[in-house]
Amino acid sequence: MCDIAIKIPKGEKKMLNIVTGAVALGLLWGIVTLGVYLTFRILDMADMSCEGSITLGGATAAVLITCGFNPWIATLIAMCAGFCAGLVTGVLHTKLKIPILLSGILTMTALYSINLRIMGRANVPLSSNGSKAVDTVFTPLVNMFKNMVGDYDKNSGMSWLYDVITNKNFAALILGLIVVAIVSVIIYWFFGTELGSAIRATGNNHKMVRAQGIHTSTMIILGLVISNGLIALAGALIAQYQAFADVQMGIGSIVIGLASLIIGEVIIGTKSFHRVLIALPVGAVIYRMIIALVMNAGMEANDLKLFTSITVTFCLSLPLIKKGINKLIKKRNGGEPTKPIGLEPVFNGAKPVDYDGENEAHEDITEEFAEAKEEE
Amino acid sequence: MLKLENIHKTFNAGTINEKKALNGVNLELDKGDFVTVIGGNGAGKSTMLNALAGVFRIDNGRIEIDGQDVTKQVEHKRAAFLGRVFQDPMMGTAANMSIEENLALAYRRGKRRGLRWHISDEERKLYKETLKTLDLGLEDRMTSKVGLLSGGQRQALTLLMATLQKPKILLLDEHTAALDPKTAAKVLALSQKIIDENNLTALMVTHNMKDAITYGNRLIMMNNGQIIFDAKGEEKKNLTVNQLLQKFSEISGAELANDRMLFSST
Repeated sequence: MCDIAIKIPKGEKKMLNIVTGAVALGLLWGIVTLGVYLTFRILDMADMSCEGSITLGGATAAVLITCGFNPWIATLIAMCAGFCAGLVTGVLHTKLKIPILLSGILTMTALYSINLRIMGRANVPLSSNGSKAVDTVFTPLVNMFKNMVGDYDKNSGMSWLYDVITNKNFAALILGLIVVAIVSVIIYWFFGTELGSAIRATGNNHKMVRAQGIHTSTMIILGLVISNGLIALAGALIAQYQAFADVQMGIGSIVIGLASLIIGEVIIGTKSFHRVLIALPVGAVIYRMIIALVMNAGMEANDLKLFTSITVTFCLSLPLIKKGINKLIKKRNGGEPTKPIGLEPVFNGAKPVDYDGENEAHEDITEEFAEAKEEE
Repeated sequence: MLKLENIHKTFNAGTINEKKALNGVNLELDKGDFVTVIGGNGAGKSTMLNALAGVFRIDNGRIEIDGQDVTKQVEHKRAAFLGRVFQDPMMGTAANMSIEENLALAYRRGKRRGLRWHISDEERKLYKETLKTLDLGLEDRMTSKVGLLSGGQRQALTLLMATLQKPKILLLDEHTAALDPKTAAKVLALSQKIIDENNLTALMVTHNMKDAITYGNRLIMMNNGQIIFDAKGEEKKNLTVNQLLQKFSEISGAELANDRMLFSST
């Protein structure tokens, strides 16, 4: 295939693998982002159990795989474990009437112990007897790519390509793409059905939904179950990708999910549902790229969570900042109304934080009053 | 069609905030009755409608809809019989969903919701035809988010949603109170039209005594969680606002006229 030999220096070869690694991890985290989107945007609930569900998925899959289970079956069982976690949070919230934030924290805390029980210790490496790596869902793909380019002369000018393709990162990238695509299609279909439509409405307006004969509790539970199942699925894949499950692996995941969600929404947009579904993994990939960049630039790994939190805080407060800037512009122009600067509202969830709507509603009322007065 | 027998409801029982909201309500409605409900603040008008809709369990009494005892049925099950429009225009619709999606949700009231697609092309045609009857131009904006509509448009849409699946009883809870007078009149006229066309049984709470007299074939007045006055047919037709005010002070020994009612009755 190649008379053109593109030589790439050794350092950049490593860089390429870092990039494919970041994209691969981003895609896997894209599934987490999708789960966070389901609760945060569609149900309009901040579900903290997400942090425990990732670990639950990772722990379940890792333990089952080291026990000799087929990695795909282990991954599916991990997903079912996530369903159960979502069910618990849902029941705590809807049946025992515990606020959703607390319900999530309760599940998350309980899962910490459960995850330790599942693993038996804080960390389970995906290897047998601590030495040879065991097969994961990625192994067949790595082997397939190795066979595909197997007869290729490693010493020619294109060896960097060989390195990239036969690296585990590349297999994870391809598999990540496939899984994200399948999950997105299923989610798109499901939320277009009568049932999915009822869940979406539940995030909008409970009172109306009950008046239309829909049991809101069931819809909330269903939403949480699906969300946590997806997140556990992602946890299982992430554990297999990084070749270990760790009891700490879920910490900060909700903030990472939110950061990815916001990045995706700002860059790709939220005009339609399929657009959002593309935005979520893209956001997660970009987030990973940014992380890879700042790490490369010398940021300490320990500072990452602080960095992410500050970024998310900034993004969530963008509407307010925008408002402030507009006010400033207005003042400078001597009270003349100006065109608002073009920053998209970032927090336009199921129930938007109504920073614009309030004003609109107010104007409406004054208008209506004016009309009414005229009539009199 | 509807039977309320000796309904009692006390909120926050046993605390300082204890409030006897319903204190033995008895009401029987025939098929096709259009009843207007008036009364002062805290008289129990909305509470009666909410009790009927199953928003909360009643402490005592019995509710029967079309011969079926629904006293213990939960809100979303009872919704199969009821169409509801609320005072707050934001409450009746899902703001982040399109007009047609809202209608599709309402079209499935009382039916099983499964894994079929949430809307069909046939339904779209039906919705378009129905929206045309509103004469608000909504039929050309079926994919617009409901959040973009004005309060009046949203109430009109909610009214349509409440009656898309013909309800056994239509509950209108001060559904024009949050609208400006012109829009309120339009929505009221529309309510009347829909009720007439479908021959619906309806309960309409209003704070506007003139409307209460103009609309419907029966008027009930509530005070302290009880029905204190009930006028039907000819008697109702001949009522005046002044007579109503007088009746109220006669029966309850208090003044009905709060500011809101006086303002809106002029």
